[in-house]
Amino acid sequence: MSRRSGLIPSLALLPFLAYLTLFLLIPTVTVIVGAFQEDDRFSTVNIEALSSPAALRTLRNSILLSGSTAVIGAVFGALLSYLVVTAPPTSLFRRVVVSMAGVLAQFGGVTLAFAFIATLGFSGVVTEMLRSTVGLDVFGSGWLFGLPGLILVYTYFQIPLMVIVFLPALEGLKPQWREAALSSGATTRQYWLHVGIPLLRPAFLGATLLLFANAFAAYATAAALVSQGNPILPLLIRAGLTSEVLLGRQNLAFALAFEMILVVAVVMTAYALLVRRTSRWLR
Amino acid sequence: MGWRLMRWALLLLFAVFFVVPLYAMLDFSTRQAGGGRTGEAWAALVQDPQLSSAIITSLLLAALTVLGMLLLLLPTMIWVRLRVPKATRFVEFLCLLPLAIPALVIVVGMRNVYTWVNYLISDSALTLTFVYIVLVLPYAYRAIDSALSGLDVKTLSEAARSLGAGWPTVIARIVVPNIWSGVLSAAFISVALVLGEFTIASLTNYENLQVVINLLGKSAARVSVAASLASLIFATVLLMALSYVGRGRRAQEGSLL
Amino acid sequence: MSTHRTGADSTGVEVVLDGLTRRFGDVVALDRFDLTIAPGEMVALLGPSGCGKTTALRILAGLDRADSGHVRVGGRDLTEVPANKRDMGMVFQAYSLFPHMTVADNVAFGLRMRGVGQKQRQARAAEMLDLVGLQTQGGRYAHQLSGGQQQRVALARALAIEPSVLLLDEPLSALDAKVRTQLREEIRRVQVEVGTTTVFVTHDQEEALAIADRVGVMSEGQLEQIAPPEELYTRPRTRFVAEFVGLTNRLPATPDGAAAEILGSQVPLLAGSATAGAGIALVRPESLSVAPSGDGNATVVTRSFLGSLCRVVCELDGGPEVVAQALIEEATDLHPGVRVRVTVSRSPVLVVAGD
Repeated sequence: MSRRSGLIPSLALLPFLAYLTLFLLIPTVTVIVGAFQEDDRFSTVNIEALSSPAALRTLRNSILLSGSTAVIGAVFGALLSYLVVTAPPTSLFRRVVVSMAGVLAQFGGVTLAFAFIATLGFSGVVTEMLRSTVGLDVFGSGWLFGLPGLILVYTYFQIPLMVIVFLPALEGLKPQWREAALSSGATTRQYWLHVGIPLLRPAFLGATLLLFANAFAAYATAAALVSQGNPILPLLIRAGLTSEVLLGRQNLAFALAFEMILVVAVVMTAYALLVRRTSRWLR
Repeated sequence: MGWRLMRWALLLLFAVFFVVPLYAMLDFSTRQAGGGRTGEAWAALVQDPQLSSAIITSLLLAALTVLGMLLLLLPTMIWVRLRVPKATRFVEFLCLLPLAIPALVIVVGMRNVYTWVNYLISDSALTLTFVYIVLVLPYAYRAIDSALSGLDVKTLSEAARSLGAGWPTVIARIVVPNIWSGVLSAAFISVALVLGEFTIASLTNYENLQVVINLLGKSAARVSVAASLASLIFATVLLMALSYVGRGRRAQEGSLL
Repeated sequence: MSTHRTGADSTGVEVVLDGLTRRFGDVVALDRFDLTIAPGEMVALLGPSGCGKTTALRILAGLDRADSGHVRVGGRDLTEVPANKRDMGMVFQAYSLFPHMTVADNVAFGLRMRGVGQKQRQARAAEMLDLVGLQTQGGRYAHQLSGGQQQRVALARALAIEPSVLLLDEPLSALDAKVRTQLREEIRRVQVEVGTTTVFVTHDQEEALAIADRVGVMSEGQLEQIAPPEELYTRPRTRFVAEFVGLTNRLPATPDGAAAEILGSQVPLLAGSATAGAGIALVRPESLSVAPSGDGNATVVTRSFLGSLCRVVCELDGGPEVVAQALIEEATDLHPGVRVRVTVSRSPVLVVAGD
């Protein structure tokens, strides 16, 4: 191929690159640059504001929320995946679980928020049932609309996300490995200990990281559930964009968003490094 | 055997955890003051003007996003496979990048770009299409990529070209019909994502389905719950249909890298 | 444990599969299957896919359970014993090496499960890798090896535990033709050296005939014939065996007692042949001679050059096409269209009833 034809085919990719630049890269860069500005001049005042007690508290809450739901989601999601993978491959059960997992994991936090309001809200179905039968007031002072409520509702989409991400890994465990282990004299326990778990561990840890990033960046559920206060980072960003109290300090919102990118980028890089090396095993 | 019992117990627990809120939505949305059942909240889906116009907006956004995504992605991906294979990793990285950049961050930083879009093109909610295409990119990319991987695009196109076909014919008549399941897959997932999108629409003050569901939450909770359940059911039906389209191929939405 | 044993003082055991029956739904995979393997012997189970050979192997390994019948190894009844307690080594068709372990760790795995200490394990693993010619590869991983090398590691792993029986489930099917030929010789060499009773499942007759002590041809869950390779080839007992193993011509024949008339010659019959009526003789290409002849009984259709031999396809007058074999010197005048005389040699043939 001549050199000329080596360049022109690449040029055909320009529209694609231009599009992504406009609608992905420029917004990202705007945020990063804007975090270091105030009144259109370079300034670190907003970055410094990230270490204020209020900002640190929301960061800590976000990490707590993301970490706890990641672990709970990972453990129970892996369990559910195992139950799915040991069912017959073309059964309805499996189709339903995988489709529903797809919906619940990625579809939309608002619908899930309302699902739980309908269940455990003041006049929710379960609330009323418990109130009238056992006399138990499970609604209390409205814990559903604070951090504990967020943990519960996030779990509802973290478990399905885990199923989506981890199921292929479980399916990648070749039956020949189990049979080879058995005919080499291993018991089922030894197979899992020496072969199964070591092979699944990177995928499991990676998936947990993914769940963490997913929860950390989630906005819709919290926006729909929490109307008072800004317990977590995404809500603080909302306040920075919309609230008059914060005097529309848009650059503070940029700094907070920058903080979010940083955390998510670090977690996703760790995920990529972990999975790249070992995904080959389970292909 | 102890394990079988355990298995059923666990399945039951999971079923309860996931089904109870869904049932609660059904129950809550059909309640009538003073007992009994009513379909009022559900009727509002078509009767309430704000809600029905939001539904239409969301459906239009979904359709436009699918079209835009296909227009952007199909020629690019096929071109890369045929003529610039070295760019594969780079294009893949770019397409998966939106997974690492939260929608919240994008909406915070896109104001200046969208000021131009609103000035040059339009002010309507349908301009959200542009940023929605970016949001669905990772999922659409993986669906189309796995379909393309199952096809020897290079050999097929060389055979077609040696028989006299031009590039547009090769793409439209040779490649696309053979990756149809991947294209459908990408389309369905994109629709589901757009219908469920809230973050960007709400922070740019446009009224799409999820935004209105949230708005009505305070004043007409039952309608919100009915609309939530309806959209969940719709998305489930979509994705179940998808599982029949992609039969034979391994679902790859899982492993993200 | 530190030196390779020769076949002479082999510690192989006798394997008996007694009346094994296995059904999968409506399909009968094995039908009262009987097989006895002598200590140190290598038996190949040969047959088309679905004939039950892999099922039989897996039942022997303990990875599957027969609906009825017994498995006896070295006199012990192993029918109810789980797979991990059967003391057998197994080599699978593909993908069986543990990808997260080095080659040496893979080979030492069975020893580790038995609680053998680390130094001893490493020494034994090194010894086995030496046996299969991969001494330098101990530190590598499965994906860094070629298919042939991976299978050799799998063999080393299976033998490291000094199993009483070695089981090979189509170990060469996933490999290139050239590697297959080399590796099957390797497998045979190692098997003779170590002396373990071995069962080798394959659908490739060339493989089976080349290396096994005895070959058992299976069809639809039953053993059609088990015999040393040469006997299987020259004295097939059923039509299936005659047609599955090697090339076969079908010629009209008229059997009469202990012989049949084929192409004008009287040819002795093999046991199991039809003795009267119109029959079909199953004749190997090398039993047919072709010579140019003015008043011949056939016309040459094509001639293919196969290196040391020629394969000549002739159409008999009023009869089927046959494939004959000839040396290159003999075949120089056998062009398409030439009239020839095809004759049958006197080696015994199997004649079956005509359809």
